[in-house]
Amino acid sequence: MPVYFLEIIVVALGLLMLMVDAFAPVTDKRAIAWIGMLGLVITFALLFYVKWPESTEGVFWKFYTSEDSLSLFFKGIALLTTLVVLIMAVEFTPVVVEQTAAAAKGAHPQAGLGEFFALPMFACAGLMWMASANHLVSIFVALETVTITFYVMVAYLRRNVGSLEAGVKYLILGALSTGFLVYGFAWLYGTTGSMELPAISAALASPEVNRVAALFAFGLILVALAFKVGAAPFHLWIPDVYQGAPTPITAFLSVGSKAAGFLVLLRLVAPYLASAPLVGKVSLVLAVLAGLSLLFGNLAALPQRNFKRLLAYSSIAHAGFLLMALASSPLMEANSAALSPAKVIAFYLGAYLLMTLLAFLVITILRTQIPSEDLDAYKGLAKRAPFLAFALLVAMASLAGIPLTAGFFGKLFVFKIALEQHQWALLVLGLIGAGAGFYYYLKIAASMFLETPDGKSAPVATTAIVISPLARVAIVVLIVLIFAAGVNPALILGLL
Amino acid sequence: MSLLEIIVLLPLLAALAIGLGAPARITALVSSGGVLFFSLLVALRFDRALEGTAQFVSSRSLWDLPGIPKLSLAFGVDGISLVLLLLAALVLLAAILVAPAEDSLKGRARLYYISLLLIGGGAIGAFLSTDLFFLYAFHELALIPTFLMIGIFGHGEDRVRVAWTITIYLGVGSLILLVGLLLAVIGLGGQTFDIAELIALAKNPATGLSASTQTWVYGLLLVGFGTLVSLFPFHSWAAPAYAAAPAPVAMLHAGVLKKFGLYGLIRIALPMLPLGAAKWQTVLLVLLLGNILYLGFVTLAQKKLDRMAGTSSVMHMGYIFLGIAAGNVIGISGAVLLMVGHGLSIALMFGMAGWIRERCGTLEFSKLGGLAQAYPRLGLLFGFAVFASAGLPGFANFAGEVAVFFGAFAGEETNWTWIRWTTVGALWGVVISAVYLLRAYREIFFGPLAAGKGEGHDLNWAERIPLLLLIGALLLFGFIPEVLNQFIRPAVEGLFLTTAG
Repeated sequence: MPVYFLEIIVVALGLLMLMVDAFAPVTDKRAIAWIGMLGLVITFALLFYVKWPESTEGVFWKFYTSEDSLSLFFKGIALLTTLVVLIMAVEFTPVVVEQTAAAAKGAHPQAGLGEFFALPMFACAGLMWMASANHLVSIFVALETVTITFYVMVAYLRRNVGSLEAGVKYLILGALSTGFLVYGFAWLYGTTGSMELPAISAALASPEVNRVAALFAFGLILVALAFKVGAAPFHLWIPDVYQGAPTPITAFLSVGSKAAGFLVLLRLVAPYLASAPLVGKVSLVLAVLAGLSLLFGNLAALPQRNFKRLLAYSSIAHAGFLLMALASSPLMEANSAALSPAKVIAFYLGAYLLMTLLAFLVITILRTQIPSEDLDAYKGLAKRAPFLAFALLVAMASLAGIPLTAGFFGKLFVFKIALEQHQWALLVLGLIGAGAGFYYYLKIAASMFLETPDGKSAPVATTAIVISPLARVAIVVLIVLIFAAGVNPALILGLL
Repeated sequence: MSLLEIIVLLPLLAALAIGLGAPARITALVSSGGVLFFSLLVALRFDRALEGTAQFVSSRSLWDLPGIPKLSLAFGVDGISLVLLLLAALVLLAAILVAPAEDSLKGRARLYYISLLLIGGGAIGAFLSTDLFFLYAFHELALIPTFLMIGIFGHGEDRVRVAWTITIYLGVGSLILLVGLLLAVIGLGGQTFDIAELIALAKNPATGLSASTQTWVYGLLLVGFGTLVSLFPFHSWAAPAYAAAPAPVAMLHAGVLKKFGLYGLIRIALPMLPLGAAKWQTVLLVLLLGNILYLGFVTLAQKKLDRMAGTSSVMHMGYIFLGIAAGNVIGISGAVLLMVGHGLSIALMFGMAGWIRERCGTLEFSKLGGLAQAYPRLGLLFGFAVFASAGLPGFANFAGEVAVFFGAFAGEETNWTWIRWTTVGALWGVVISAVYLLRAYREIFFGPLAAGKGEGHDLNWAERIPLLLLIGALLLFGFIPEVLNQFIRPAVEGLFLTTAG
């Protein structure tokens, strides 16, 4: 089965879900999500059975990378993320229903819920397509598929001012960054005379390349992609959008969108890093971006009191670590054998997926029972819901990079290649960031374990928190994977 | 599944079982008893003829990919790790025996015992790992349990702040350590995490590290490991944390876990970075004098037993550093022996401090007094702890300290080197510690019985067993240091053999 069938399957699945929502008499619309989950699991299994065709001729293949395990890996990330997002969305149903449905007479009591499950499917298809995009046009179209879907999803809770505010912010800044991207692509095309990445790569590597024009194109593209991955100083939208968006969508943004953004960044930056005349300036710019993200993300996370906002800053910080790996790329030919930045970034994102999704999954479950996402609201949670508190503790430990969790190896590899490339300044910033991380991630543990609910910010409720079996299974699987990848990272590296 | 894997896994599996619902105290006791049993078995079966090589080796390769250092879940013991394993097993069992019963923990017994097992199991794993990554990782296993234990079950108003302090200090210290270790691994070719292979590479002049790299790496390791061992001036986390921590945690942390930093210096820094060690020698001597003299005086000024025990434990690290700085067989053997002696005696002290706090509600010298009249058995056992800590002959501490001083003063020449001056300064530390320890003994146990204190019964058997266990070991190793030295000496000699070759 050719690879691009996967995207088609996912799109078809999304359409099917929309049709079921529109025409089938479903009493509980959560059934629609089940269709999606089932389909995603099957698609994920199909990942291991795809074939790459022998020739890359033909209309379709022009836009598609040739055989490449990295793109399969990122398709897997997209699928898994969407799967967990759907699980979260099911948990999140009461909130969505409460804040969307205008209970008109005769309307379905869950009107408007079906799209909430279907939209992630389209975003997922876009992310998967992006993972294989090899042509400026297909990169752009895939990116926009994702972004436009996100505009809708971020603002989905239309009765919630925060969600609307987040939607508007994301829309305006997103549109602006798209403008930068197209303009950058135009310059890149003008400089190299091609839209295909291999040809662009060859053109940039030649010594006669117009350096100013190429770097200008790079600058424009970098602005747009730094926006997508949330690197400082283009991170301003992140805290507000993360806080305002529905929690499952925040998780989707912070994992899926970031992963795809980094893959595109890798693909577009690789020709520059492989080009002898340009590599010096390019890696300097990347290093500056990485340093700013590390510093800003980690330090601004310290005083946060809202959990989602805290995770927003942490996501900026993680973008910093990922950029640190990218900035530590030597000239690309040295990369073939060793632990290349591409592998490091892929591993880091794989680990990041596990721990971030775990954290958001727990927040989603708690959100339906504790009507606040402030850290103070989690006081005494360890007594009320020990299982969830433990899960959150594991997620935080992994995000902080404590050994024997997946997050540690991510940081270890990043530090390793930074050391090898003698990026001392970045290394120091990374250490400061990781040190700060101990504080702000453990702050959540402190709130859950060390404090007792005071009745004001945190309810003194003693009722147990209900966890659906599906969510419980997902949490256990994620925890096990975090520890397994923390002892044996070859589990993830082997997929590359 | 080898013997060592069982020893490492036992506490971790017990923690998992408790998390899944097994009865906490029984499971913890059984598993830590099992650890001690298997450790003794390892000691009995240990072949002393094989000098300085790891035994009971087990290795499971986790990955061997090009361009990434080879990683395997590998365990092994040599003489040094063996005695530290015995120390860890003894203190872990004692700590769990000292821990309060489940019903007095108000529904949080599971968390309590899981944390204890993770702290102990982490230390044991670190001592037994022959793979650099797992050596580091197992030590970090204790980080979050310690944070939770001090924050939840600790004493005093500012226990949360103290929990933060120790976590951030140790976290940042480990990060610095990590960078140092990574630099060393990359400098040695970046092909493996196996400690023996790395040392072999470092010994080989063709692949070894250059002098300037060694200086950098040793500096980072000294700061990193030094923070974990509370080397002056990175020590300020230790005393408040031990004072605030519940007794079993203080026992495990001060007695066992803190030895990890010293173990790392001996196991990794000395054989891999001899030139770096020489460069930093003078700095280390100054810092360790800071530990001994400056903290000695700080200890003299303490007015509470737990704070005093905490600062005194920081102070005594200075002697062990002196043995390491001496860099000869007798000094390092003494340092290892002293690690065991100190671990046992400080655990004993914290165990009894916890009992007194529970019984009398305070540990301030001014509010205590005459407790020997009310609790004669406690008085006697506390005397043992005091004498052991002060380094009286007959206790393992004495054997260790004497060897350290001999090692530090050794040499044929007659001129006054830096280390000899340091040794003279360090000897005064013995006097200082005798003063504060005996004073504490007098203020708490002698004189008129303080008003309102001394109620309840004396130590019962259940409470005596863990203390007697520790005292017995202290006396055994003190009267017959050869019990441990027979393991330590060949291992230390092996360290030097490989250093020279």
